[in-house]
Amino acid sequence: MSRQANRGTESKKMSSELFTLTYGALVTQLCKDYENDEDVNKQLDRILFSNFLPRGYNIGVRLIEDFLARSNVGRCHDFRETADVIAKVAFKMYLGITPSITNWSPAGDEFSLILENNPLVDFVELPDNHSSLIYSNLLCGVLRGALEMVQMAVEAKFVQDTLKGDGVTEIRMRFIRRIEDNLPAGEE
Amino acid sequence: MAHAVLFEFLHAEMVAELGAGDTDPGPGGQKRSLSILEGIGFRVGRALGERLPRETLAFREELDALKFLCKDLWVAVFQKQMDGLCTNHQGTYVLQDNSFPLLIPMALGLQYLEEAPKFLAFTCGLLRGTLRTLGFESLVTSSMATLPACKFQVVIPKS
Repeated sequence: MSRQANRGTESKKMSSELFTLTYGALVTQLCKDYENDEDVNKQLDRILFSNFLPRGYNIGVRLIEDFLARSNVGRCHDFRETADVIAKVAFKMYLGITPSITNWSPAGDEFSLILENNPLVDFVELPDNHSSLIYSNLLCGVLRGALEMVQMAVEAKFVQDTLKGDGVTEIRMRFIRRIEDNLPAGEE
Repeated sequence: MAHAVLFEFLHAEMVAELGAGDTDPGPGGQKRSLSILEGIGFRVGRALGERLPRETLAFREELDALKFLCKDLWVAVFQKQMDGLCTNHQGTYVLQDNSFPLLIPMALGLQYLEEAPKFLAFTCGLLRGTLRTLGFESLVTSSMATLPACKFQVVIPKS
């Protein structure tokens, strides 16, 4: 009986870290594979920097459906509600952490998510010559892609990172505009 | 389970990004892509293995380790158990999954069969990495006949 219970806990523990482990392994492996390849060093930066944003975006676009199905969260009426849902529901659900929300702009269109650590780099082995901020593009892409599917154009960027020696990891979220449903060109 | 979904989406993007082989479109590029994906899976498998309590790590029998892969590892990563495990009792094991979650999106058309190895490379590495942490060196390959079913062949050489 207790063996079964132990098994369940082990499985759960393994699965809760699966995403961050995989992300960390992905970055580490790419760095290793390309470290001696002069020509392909640019490939690495391209993949990690430019491409992770659209890759993250793709993930976000799919993730929002899963999130809405799981969480039963209704439509957010303003950006403050959105912030709460992102921090207290979404981050908790998918990454097991709850960032705090701070630094609201007076207009209420910008806020910061504060994480004690950058969850994506727990398992990354970083080479010396690569900027640490680029690893965060995946998460920024996810946030952008997911929110776009609920009619919000936002910008997400890491402005502080514990990986760089900052005290906290801070993601700045900025509301750009509401996305209206567009009719296909040629239709009135 | 939420974490699993996020992992599956990341896996799909990894395969799309790394499996593109646009640095070298020939067979060399494809091989490199598979090798990178396998390497990533290997790291994850090892890391997952290292998170286990000590008692679990002390498998003396090969078969116990393989059963662990088929039950605990598969449930943790894919929310299901392996559907079949066969062995010749001489170090070769065939693990059968009749409905492998990472292949399900592809199961719709036969024309994708040649793409399937890219979707299995990570998992081959995952198995090899977990086995390494459990104390076994191995060679893991995969094959598929009818998507989304696939087999993983694990060979543990006699020392």
